[in-house]
Amino acid sequence: MIGQVSRRQFLRTAGAGVAGTTLGAMGFGGAEQAMAQAVRPYKLARTTETRNICTYCSVACGVIMYSLGDRSKNTHSALIHVEGDPDHPTNRGTLCPKGAALLDFVHSQTRLKHPMHRKPGSDKFERVSWDFALDRIARLMKDERDANFQTTNKDGVTVNRWTSVGFLAASATTNETGAMTYKVIRSMGLLPFDNQARV
Amino acid sequence: MASYQSLDIKRRSASTSTPPVVRSTALEVAKLIDVSKCIGCKACQAACLEWNNLKEEIGVNTGVYDNPHDLTPNSWTLMRFTEWDNPDTGDFEWLIRKDGCMHCADPGCLKACPAPGAIVQYTNGIVDFVSENCIGCAYCVKGCPFNIPRISQVDRKAYKCTLCSDRVAVGQGPACAKACPTAAIMFGTKDDMKEQADRRITDLKSRGFSNAGLYDPQGVGGTHVMYVLHHLDKPEIYAGLPKDPQISPLVSAWKGGAKLFALGAIAFAAVGAFFHHTIVGPNKVSETDEENAADLAEEGAQAAPTPETRAL
Amino acid sequence: MTNAWGDIKHTDLVVVMGGNAAEAHPCGFKWVTEAKANRGAKLIVVDPRFTRTASVADFYCPIRPGTDIAFLGGVINYLLSNDKIQHDYVKAFTNASYLVKPEFGWSEGLFTGYNEEKRDYDKSSWDYQLDEQGYAKVDDTLQDPRCVFQLMKQHFAVYTPEMVEKICGSPKDKFLKVAQMISECSTPTKTMTSMYALGWTQHSKGAQNIRGMAMIQLLLGNIGVRGGGMNALRGHSNIQGLTDLGLLSNMLPGYMNLPVEKEVDFNAYMSTRGFKPLRPGQTSFWQNYKKFFVSFQKSMWGDKATAENNWAFDWLPKLDVTYDILRTFELMNQGKITGYFCQGFNPLMTFPNRGKITSGLSKLKFLVTMDPLDTETSRFWENHGEFNDVNSADIQTEVFQLPTSCFAEDEGSIVNSGRWLQWHNAAVSPPGEAKSDVWIMAGLHLRIKELYLKEGGAFPDPIVNLRWPYAIPEEPAAEELARENNGQALADVTDPTDPTKVLVQKGKLLDSFAQMKDDGSTAGFCWIYAGSYTEAGNQMARRDTWDPGDTGLAPKWAWAWPANRRILYNRASSDKNGKPWDPSRKLVYWTGERWGGYDVPDYGPTVKPEQSVGPFIMNPEGVARLFTRGMMRDGPFPSHYEPFEAPVANAIAPKIKGNPAARIFKADLEALGSADKFPYVATSYRLTEHFHQWTKHVWVNAALQPEFFVEISEELAKEKGIVKGGWVRVWSNRGSIKAKAVVTKRIRPLMVDGKPTHVVGIPQHWGFMGRAKKGHNPNSLTPFVGDANIETPEYKAFLVNIEPTSGPATS
Repeated sequence: MIGQVSRRQFLRTAGAGVAGTTLGAMGFGGAEQAMAQAVRPYKLARTTETRNICTYCSVACGVIMYSLGDRSKNTHSALIHVEGDPDHPTNRGTLCPKGAALLDFVHSQTRLKHPMHRKPGSDKFERVSWDFALDRIARLMKDERDANFQTTNKDGVTVNRWTSVGFLAASATTNETGAMTYKVIRSMGLLPFDNQARV
Repeated sequence: MASYQSLDIKRRSASTSTPPVVRSTALEVAKLIDVSKCIGCKACQAACLEWNNLKEEIGVNTGVYDNPHDLTPNSWTLMRFTEWDNPDTGDFEWLIRKDGCMHCADPGCLKACPAPGAIVQYTNGIVDFVSENCIGCAYCVKGCPFNIPRISQVDRKAYKCTLCSDRVAVGQGPACAKACPTAAIMFGTKDDMKEQADRRITDLKSRGFSNAGLYDPQGVGGTHVMYVLHHLDKPEIYAGLPKDPQISPLVSAWKGGAKLFALGAIAFAAVGAFFHHTIVGPNKVSETDEENAADLAEEGAQAAPTPETRAL
Repeated sequence: MTNAWGDIKHTDLVVVMGGNAAEAHPCGFKWVTEAKANRGAKLIVVDPRFTRTASVADFYCPIRPGTDIAFLGGVINYLLSNDKIQHDYVKAFTNASYLVKPEFGWSEGLFTGYNEEKRDYDKSSWDYQLDEQGYAKVDDTLQDPRCVFQLMKQHFAVYTPEMVEKICGSPKDKFLKVAQMISECSTPTKTMTSMYALGWTQHSKGAQNIRGMAMIQLLLGNIGVRGGGMNALRGHSNIQGLTDLGLLSNMLPGYMNLPVEKEVDFNAYMSTRGFKPLRPGQTSFWQNYKKFFVSFQKSMWGDKATAENNWAFDWLPKLDVTYDILRTFELMNQGKITGYFCQGFNPLMTFPNRGKITSGLSKLKFLVTMDPLDTETSRFWENHGEFNDVNSADIQTEVFQLPTSCFAEDEGSIVNSGRWLQWHNAAVSPPGEAKSDVWIMAGLHLRIKELYLKEGGAFPDPIVNLRWPYAIPEEPAAEELARENNGQALADVTDPTDPTKVLVQKGKLLDSFAQMKDDGSTAGFCWIYAGSYTEAGNQMARRDTWDPGDTGLAPKWAWAWPANRRILYNRASSDKNGKPWDPSRKLVYWTGERWGGYDVPDYGPTVKPEQSVGPFIMNPEGVARLFTRGMMRDGPFPSHYEPFEAPVANAIAPKIKGNPAARIFKADLEALGSADKFPYVATSYRLTEHFHQWTKHVWVNAALQPEFFVEISEELAKEKGIVKGGWVRVWSNRGSIKAKAVVTKRIRPLMVDGKPTHVVGIPQHWGFMGRAKKGHNPNSLTPFVGDANIETPEYKAFLVNIEPTSGPATS
């Protein structure tokens, strides 16, 4: 049922046969020498393909991600190309200028790699461990909550709310991240909670 | 040369022998650029950069949407934007044309090229540059009636759109055509693309564009990149698309006796272009070549639109 | 979107207004070019700028930013006065015939019940006349002066073509051409689609802009049909999903509401959620509210949510006010919000009045950002010359910048504008020590829970009892969370008509929300997602391109909420008797025994046409609302209000400034500029080369559109001595920016009330981080006021001044 399809596999076969018969039909027939000399080898021939959805707008185009390596233990996968998924009913293989350059988003120089911390008044970030960051944030949150949690309002009605910390949720993350975020944030009684939908 | 083993090379620069022709001609391919469907999104530019592993310089805004401002050795295709008040209807039109190699049936670049095998034309119509044979003389630039090839300052080689010969070789369309969100770029056999163009032209005529038509200029024997234009009668309004492009008569002359003579002079450079570049440094050409180039340049300046003359 | 992207190819007329689909949604826009190429469809663009969408349009009409309701009101008036409506649809499927209370009225720009001090309405008169049984009174002849149809005629009569031209600056002949083209779609066999986005929402009356077009679509009979609909194109890849899941201050998942403190207990909360039908025999599907609510509570707190504790109702926080982002930053500036999390997002470069955002962030004790990219917000304290002119030493905020994975490195589902939930897989691992948001959120929860268990503290119950059924508590798997979103049986679920028949065994996943119970025997985090991950597997990962009838709906590709339905209200694609309005575009119709067709019926599958059950089953009326009763804060009909900063007074109600029901804080009211100092109308937008401020980090996109600019007309450039490609300074009463000038024919002065009005266009993609040239954003200028209903900031219409200048010092 989860279409383990199809066209992707054909493509791979075609790619593997760069110097093979496909060429003939397209006007480069039997042209191994010419290929070697003129035509650049097809760069996706034996890459690993993974299905994904573009992370930008809500058209949600299907993309195929091509990565180096065959997932064998000693080969580290690296993304080398992204292209539209021709099977996808909405984009049918097309991509816009953002989607067509997704590779450079994943590889952008300004991707963050380590948790960073800026002390009050400082003019720089300093690298910290995840444990330091999460322990410290949990401490700050609990102290804030304990100091500002409101159990009842002035009329004595149970309100169980916390309004001194705010949380903006991401709208490019998955539903699963969204649900997790909701559970964690709402269970603390936090009300200043919003996402890009309103903006 | 080795590539003569290929029965699918139709022509090869600076080579006198005739390629074999026993095999029946393969499909002729073409890219159809439908200007009336183009939204100028530059997906084709992004897809071209990514597929060909090219990095374009991050430039500046000069008051227009065109970025980069011209074709470069890294940008083989480019959206050119023209703001045009239609004098007949009084309507404003924003004309957006994807510029790049036209893959001429009669390629001026190939004819002008003095380096054996640096430019090849396949039977499917693709005109491709073979970098290891290129000597960086820039004659192709002058020979091109569309002002397309660009010489890299890094390696002194000529670059332009390959029509994704590597993709076509495995049965896929060019990266730009695949990406194009609105099917303003289509790819297929030249016959199919002409039929597709006919349907588009009928639709455009029904919407009041009575001069809509297919741009497939016969002065260069037709092209393997064609445009559907709403105003075929005025191709020059689309950022200087030439109305009747022709190969310079000097290129034709050059193709005759003069070129044969020159060939002798540059045999070393042509055969050993790769080693030449790595051992000797920047390529050199003979005096004869220089003279011919000067003639072409002078002539070319009149024939080929330059970025300056394109600005309407 | 009510419809699907692929469905747009079936339309006859596309109206792009309040959006710029070709630039912001190019791959979805292809279905417009397909409709044009294959169906002969026409495209109309109404926009202050001649956009790239306009470049392929059949007809373009300019409009002044912030005057859409006047334009749409003009179209409604045109349709009603020229009798260009689909009569049978309007009579049977809308509330046109419903009688409204005699007290209801409208005069001088205000509906009845206005309280100037509160900037709010008493909405009690905005409702139907009810009979003794509590049903709404109707007049099927549509002649009663109190029926919605007649009230509508009256309300929109003021929007004559002359008035439209006066307010909007749209030339009368162009407006009439648009109205005439739209009116052709009033026949049952011609449909129009509306494609809109933030060009309509980002106004102080954004929701009413959309209401205006929705009313037009109802009058034309274009809702629920193929090639029709109201299609919100939506911005981010999962903005639909985050909204579905209720990650908003006042929401619960599945469009349920968080209780407000006036609802003193569970019974009070439920008492206003009975959703009793307003006409005999109607479905009123929200009557199932309690089943969805209890299932949600069970999903949050499992065994700890019981009938005895009202399903842990008190563990939910109760609202006093809505904590939208504007209020949040206002409270930050007042020192009342002291910690802030940005999971994604870049408030420093997006939220209105950047000065106020910087001062708010600077007052925080701590700020946490979670993002794959190095955002400006996470570095708000760092000096970047005139691009971020702050003194780090003065800012005492402790900042954590947490690196997260991006789409290429995680798996899960996201929801497109057509409500399709599509699953994706990870291709590679995140760089360095970057971690998924799920890992971070779980890590925080487990740490906080441990602190409460160890130390005690304020009301720990909902935290320490949060249901946490994941195999690896530190890193819940996407599949586990997806199953939780879908819901499962906590005890055997039996057939209500035959208790011996077990529908779902204990522990099994639910097939649909119809199996949800209000007795605690089912859990389900988000009822509308029930069916997305069943015992048959992950439906969101389906990949079958089967598309019967070439509908473009691809019913076996991924999964759409609700119930895999691809076009909402699809019962309305057939007439009262169940026959398709347009036989060439059948969708859902009565087969003689049941409702069949290409889509999952939005209706009881065997409810006979003669039962007269309305097609809009979510509404207690069973029909669509042309008159929205008291459901919107600023009126049951849209009315033209000027933006809070406008170059002219309101032409139909000169005393009214802005939207009278929109909230504005005192200091922000004082920070509004006036037309004498700021004579030009500015609007902000996206360009196709960029996605918000993400793609300035991307080399390719930075090269395609490298540098911040503003767009102005040749006329304004000449008047001000501005040259193409030169530097300009643009300033509002709140801030000042520098930009390159794009001088263009695509923006032209509009004649508003006889005076030429210039528009300044300001795209929003630059900042001081990333690869593109450093630049400013329009949010340095925009006013701190939002839509009356949902507080979306008024980014699309405000006042500025402009002059030539020299470049920034660090350019």
